[in-house]
Amino acid sequence: MEILIQQLFNGLTIGSVYSLVALGLTLVYGILHIPNFAHGALYMLGGYITLTMMTSAGLHYWLAIFVSILVVGLTGVLLERLVFHPLRHAPPIHDKIAAIGILLFLEAFAQFVWGADYQSMPTPYDKVINLFGITFTSQRLLIIVSAIAVMILLYLFLKKTFIGSTIIAMAQNREGANLVGINTNKVAMLTFMISGALAAIACSLAAPINLVFPGMGHLVILKAFVIIILGGMGSIPGAIVGGYILGFSESLGATYVSNDYKDIIAFVLLVIILSVKPTGLFAKEGR
Amino acid sequence: MAAFFNQRNVIALLVLFSVAFPFITQNEYFLHIMTLSFIWMIGVYGLNLLAGYTGYLSLAHAGFFAIGAYSLGLLTVKAQMNFWLAFVLACLITSVVGLFVGLIALRTKEHFFAIYTLCVGYIIYLVIDKWESLTEGVRGLIGIPAPSNIGPIAFDNALSIYYLVLTILLLVILVVYRIVHSLNGRTYLAIRNSEDLAQTIGISTMKNKLTVFVLSTFFAGLAGALYASFVRFIGPDIGSTAITFDLLTYLLVGGIGTLSGPIVGTIIIVWVSQQLQFLQDYRMLIFGPVLTLLIIFYPRGIVGGVVDWRHKYQEKKNRKLSVNSLVKPEKQVKEG
Repeated sequence: MEILIQQLFNGLTIGSVYSLVALGLTLVYGILHIPNFAHGALYMLGGYITLTMMTSAGLHYWLAIFVSILVVGLTGVLLERLVFHPLRHAPPIHDKIAAIGILLFLEAFAQFVWGADYQSMPTPYDKVINLFGITFTSQRLLIIVSAIAVMILLYLFLKKTFIGSTIIAMAQNREGANLVGINTNKVAMLTFMISGALAAIACSLAAPINLVFPGMGHLVILKAFVIIILGGMGSIPGAIVGGYILGFSESLGATYVSNDYKDIIAFVLLVIILSVKPTGLFAKEGR
Repeated sequence: MAAFFNQRNVIALLVLFSVAFPFITQNEYFLHIMTLSFIWMIGVYGLNLLAGYTGYLSLAHAGFFAIGAYSLGLLTVKAQMNFWLAFVLACLITSVVGLFVGLIALRTKEHFFAIYTLCVGYIIYLVIDKWESLTEGVRGLIGIPAPSNIGPIAFDNALSIYYLVLTILLLVILVVYRIVHSLNGRTYLAIRNSEDLAQTIGISTMKNKLTVFVLSTFFAGLAGALYASFVRFIGPDIGSTAITFDLLTYLLVGGIGTLSGPIVGTIIIVWVSQQLQFLQDYRMLIFGPVLTLLIIFYPRGIVGGVVDWRHKYQEKKNRKLSVNSLVKPEKQVKEG
């Protein structure tokens, strides 16, 4: 029983990180219909920048995260301007390949600047807490709390502010949004900014319990894709729910099935889902 | 029709050059690189048939490449099977796996297809990596035998293997050429351009897509089997997404959806990589942006760019020749 609760808690931690990454991905997909393969690289970049800010510049953890959010967010905007904007009328295969090119570049770039070594990120929250018979570091608690806080803030931003509703409007209908006077270019940039920021937050939160290395985005991005297919491409609640479903099934699968194959769970899940429903669960009809 | 003879001459020259290549250089290392690029080309042709002609971007090709390589490796090393029997079986196994994957994968479209195949590729990689009792995991499979003799021809030195790979490559190109210029090839183009439209004129899209998918995995498996017998050591890394992206880079730089694209792209990238040896781990610093820039400015790669340029040039010439009876520029996709 204790193992179960411990694993559920772990699932909640991983799920929070997955949800944040998937949210960024789903926002971009909802607006521009691009499966942004480079999102994993943005995630990795976020981790490295936080790490560098902490170790080289000696900034506090939170300040470092803030810098990382800014840098990765701006990188996202740059990508939109330089790559995805010129490709907006191209066949869909082009976006994917362009995104792969960016992914390859960013990974090589990280390896070039920071080396291929696995690095660990220090955190001021490494106290071990014992609560109701389960043990965890306060970093894990921090991940869950901050992830949920970010999700609530994002929700409020999208639903309650004017700029937020322009994003939703554009996701619903690009031409329509343009007709009522929404500057779709600005919204696209803003979306990439938010998407990059979410990736940076997710990675900065998760890095202290994992490690930082150039290939760290690979698995995460693949799983994020699984999540947004699970939750419906472009759906925001879907990304959150999907993230937690995957987090739980992975941590439980690792304990009760096989630790070696825990990474496969997500992909098998996806293969099964797409075999049964080729357009994903909860897909909007008549797209 | 002058262009046609021109093209034929160019092809003949290229074949002659590749046949004479070992005698021109005498350098074992160059021979090695050339053989390796021929093997990649076969894989790239497989990818091209699917992504270039049918419009379905499969990101699982390194996985199929690895299946071909590991099938050959396991059948010869662990089952002690005759090489050529294992070789044929390796290609068949890959195609059968491709058939089953294709049956499900091709129900999805566009982004879903890319993501689905990416995940399939990753599953194949993880299975190879983790199934240690069969595949030896990260230690890799060593001692794969070189191709056994066919009658009097022995494949015990680099030169003979070079010619073996070259022969198979030429066969592959011939097959792809025949497919692309047949009614089937036109059908694939129709599917690429608009699947709904293709369906309305009575094309069974699923059947055609599945055929292409299986063919494409067959080529990937063939390349994998050749790779295993050439390098004689394989590790799970050959199934990683990095290899898929490499293949994609070769295809994109050469020209996706063109017949000569895979040759041009592979040769250029492989040789440039050789020149940039000191960059080995960082070569993607260059190739990544190149990939992105190409797709923005020259979506059909070098070959596509040259063909477009030639069309424009010819159009200009035609316009000069006959100002009144303006020849309509040929819209149809023409292979370089």
